[in-house]
Amino acid sequence: MIEREQVLHVAKLARLGLSDAEVETMAGELSGILEHVDRISALELDDVPPTSHVVELENVLRADVPHESLAQDVALASAPDPVDGAFRVPSPQAE
Amino acid sequence: MAELEAVIGLEIHVQLATKTKMFCGCELSFGDEPNIHTCPICLAHPGVLPVTNQQAILYALQIAAALECEVAPRSIFHRKNYFYPDSPKAYQISQYDIPLASNGRLGDVRIHRAHLEEDAAKTIHVGESGRIHGSSASLVDFNRGGTPLVEIVTEPDIRSAAEAASWARLLRETVRQLGVSDVNMEEGSLRVDGNISVRAAGSEELGTKTELKNMNSFRFLERGIEAELARQRELIEAGGTVAQETLHFNPGDGSLTPLRSKEEAHDYRYFPEPDLVPLAPTEAMLREARESLPELPAARIERYREQLGLAEDTAALLAADPETADYFERAAKQADGVEPRIVANWVTGELAAALRQSDDETSATESKVEPVALAALVAMVQEKKISNSSGKAVLATLVAEGGDPAAIVEREGLGQISDSGELEAIVAAAVDANPEAAEQIRAGNQKAIGAIVGAVMKETKGRADGGEVNRLIRAKLGL
Amino acid sequence: MGDVLELTAVQAHGAMSAGELDAGEYAEAWQGAAAGDELNAYLWRNEDGDGAAIAVERPCVAPIAVKDIFCTEGVPTTAGSRILEGYRPPYTSTAVRRLIEAGAPILGKTNMDEFAMGSSNENSAYGPVLNPWDRGRVPGGSSGGSAAVVAGGLAPWAIGTDTGGSIRQPAALCGIVGLKPTYGAISRYGMIAFASSLDQCGPLTRDVSDAALLLAILQGADPCDSTSVGLEQAPRLPDREDLSGLRFAVPSDLTDHVFDAGVREVFEATLETIEALGGEVGEVSLPHAEHGISAYYVIAPAEASSNLARYDGVRYGMRAGGEGDLIEMYERTRAEGFGAEVKRRIMLGTYALSSGYYEAYYGQAQKVRTKIAADFSTAFGEFDFVVTPTSPSVAFGLGEKTADPLAMYLNDFFTVPMSLAGIPAISIPAGLAEPSGGGPQLPVGFQIAAPAFGEQKLLEAAYALEQAIGFDARPQGVRGG
Repeated sequence: MIEREQVLHVAKLARLGLSDAEVETMAGELSGILEHVDRISALELDDVPPTSHVVELENVLRADVPHESLAQDVALASAPDPVDGAFRVPSPQAE
Repeated sequence: MAELEAVIGLEIHVQLATKTKMFCGCELSFGDEPNIHTCPICLAHPGVLPVTNQQAILYALQIAAALECEVAPRSIFHRKNYFYPDSPKAYQISQYDIPLASNGRLGDVRIHRAHLEEDAAKTIHVGESGRIHGSSASLVDFNRGGTPLVEIVTEPDIRSAAEAASWARLLRETVRQLGVSDVNMEEGSLRVDGNISVRAAGSEELGTKTELKNMNSFRFLERGIEAELARQRELIEAGGTVAQETLHFNPGDGSLTPLRSKEEAHDYRYFPEPDLVPLAPTEAMLREARESLPELPAARIERYREQLGLAEDTAALLAADPETADYFERAAKQADGVEPRIVANWVTGELAAALRQSDDETSATESKVEPVALAALVAMVQEKKISNSSGKAVLATLVAEGGDPAAIVEREGLGQISDSGELEAIVAAAVDANPEAAEQIRAGNQKAIGAIVGAVMKETKGRADGGEVNRLIRAKLGL
Repeated sequence: MGDVLELTAVQAHGAMSAGELDAGEYAEAWQGAAAGDELNAYLWRNEDGDGAAIAVERPCVAPIAVKDIFCTEGVPTTAGSRILEGYRPPYTSTAVRRLIEAGAPILGKTNMDEFAMGSSNENSAYGPVLNPWDRGRVPGGSSGGSAAVVAGGLAPWAIGTDTGGSIRQPAALCGIVGLKPTYGAISRYGMIAFASSLDQCGPLTRDVSDAALLLAILQGADPCDSTSVGLEQAPRLPDREDLSGLRFAVPSDLTDHVFDAGVREVFEATLETIEALGGEVGEVSLPHAEHGISAYYVIAPAEASSNLARYDGVRYGMRAGGEGDLIEMYERTRAEGFGAEVKRRIMLGTYALSSGYYEAYYGQAQKVRTKIAADFSTAFGEFDFVVTPTSPSVAFGLGEKTADPLAMYLNDFFTVPMSLAGIPAISIPAGLAEPSGGGPQLPVGFQIAAPAFGEQKLLEAAYALEQAIGFDARPQGVRGG
């Protein structure tokens, strides 16, 4: 039901590096789950509004008042590669 | 080949000048040390949640009101999912199919929609690391991440690059006068991208559009759009088709570079943001937004033209400078019997020039010239109590010292000579002293009168009314 | 005063307030008990001053175990994942802050299924948790560690999270009480997100009274969580003696899904107890509830795929080593940092939200959700509560259901509909039963669900039933068991 190509495409969207073996297993497992999940597509629900929010609240807002920010060293405390007060990452591939 | 017309729409991002970010209480900043205005929320630590900034909503409602938009009775936030280091949650909280505002207009351009979202962080790409196979790196600063943005999208109503730049200027001025943003293109608090296509003139269909980015001044905006229009025209005339792509404007040489699109680049997998509840602007919020609107440029220009009789360009000049416009109006009110347009000309003309001459670069409002003083001065000149050039001299004194024009006139003896006998005598003397000129005038050479007028002015130290002098000379010569 | 570890949290609180029990000694006694953890239930215990930022100045409430999904400043918080190994948050979650402010010392952080995804605690990167009733069996999940410490005598009470049953199901499998409050009753700020529209914090306790006390400490609207409303009134300790005048509905569409015959027997027996207490038992149809699993396994993974995207090796947590550009770094970090179940759900969720599939999957699932909520609403028009077995089976063996993800998902069959509807539900131990494969008896849970914000009525009914059932079995070696 879900082909290898689709698995690769979705893995790319999710930035998940899957091995060839994982891609194959994933295709099988996802297909099984989707088959079960697909039962809902048979239901006649055209006029039913989707639930996008469970609580019936509106306009929950915060006053525009500053709070104390983290000190620079605290902000970077867990960084895998902190450099000169910034977070260093590899660049995207040159375009 | 049929003539091609340009079809241009603009996509504008306005950074709001709130005190804090859109979804957390970190302060906004520009140019500070990196990562000193962050918190677990805008760094997207595990477990954090966004909370919407009330002021950002009000500012957005003001923008919506200024752009004459319909405000959605209920709008929601959506997540726009994509991976990039400047996007710490790997999604941007934005609005998708139910934006805050839509269907507006500014000047001749219709507004398709306006919505709220948060700004990305700043990524600086640094050079090669020096290793043979090593890739270069990027440094990320999250100070900017989370700044409130209003995104405004126009309909493709613009028909030339010049129109685009001029309309963008009007938008900038309008938003600036709301006081909701610095709208500074160089600093990035105003960003303008273009959506550009061409089609056969008169056609209703839209051609394939390209997106143009990275034009950080109005001049570059115009140049970039012009370059892209030229490129598309050339392509079509050569029999090619325009591909949908994003182009990056290079400020160095004005060229356009296509950004290579990645296949899955644009699947943002939008879904409603479950951590935020819907916005349902109340009548009170809408009223506050409407009532907080200052008189915006377009409306002020119209009022000045229709009610106060100002010329179009004077009106536009003043509308772009509300402080000076307010000064003008205060002066005009005090200037009994003087047409507002004359006061306006003094404000934009003589006063502006006098202020430029003084070294301070002060504005009219900051200057020592009280509106009531200017009003009195203009009235005195109009009533011919002092001459035009005396008026300028008094103005220079007002700029330097402030004070009351009547007192200055008295003190410096600049009152126009009202005793006609005295003036007649001076005119008679001047005519006698310039027989050649008198001869020429009698012979029909009108310009020769200048020499005699000049002599009279010199003698009276500019206190005579030029028109009256002219009349007396001619009378003396029997003309 | 006998063995202080015998005291429930309510009893201990009373004794401490009366000056009969020294709070410091009491906390130390529990620290000692926690140190005897052989169930792999704790991932971190509060010893040697390591928990300075979450210290309690003056303890006055029973010390508590906290699922490792709650951020605790300066203290390791892993969400059961390798990708957060060694991560110490710069802030503390609201739920834990309220515990600290109430005077409850934090005993430790408990093991859990990775990012709360699982029903057996076998998905933890730090090894499975063992069920104190039978160490060859699972404690349930994803709050397996929290359930195991309470059932296993390693903590007097604990907090966990419930997204599709992750408090109720492990409570049932471990023979303790587990409550999922109304969505929005307790703040989610600082609770590592799995599925934002479903996640809720809740108590795992020895009895209903302790659950009421813990709920009272935790509940409340929080300015840091826009979706929190709290409860209208603070919960009181329940004291109801019978169930007269109350009507209990059994959903006819659901109860075929029980796996173990013993579970069904205990369920039927409990219904008789309800009637003996004066309650009325009837039948109701929840026509869409059977699609709960399908809707849940679209909505939860979809939201999770977005919530877990921030684990990208940029700002904190694990970053994979080696060469490569940005995308390669992302892909390797997430491949190495996430376990198989998490990857599966991220893939499922990404697919459900992707271009062309949104309406058919996510859109449709949110409509099913609306219908399920409506079904409950209709049922509550006629009945006060809806009741089901909590879990289709008693605790199953380690490794028994790991081969087929779908089989594992079906453990949530009875608990998922309440999560989708956002209504409160509690599981109380109702008896013991033999597993279908044979063996010593294991606990069975009974689930009671109430309308949104009906926590007080729910606790009162659960209390009366609990008193009548008188469940007093214990795992071997735990407090005289």
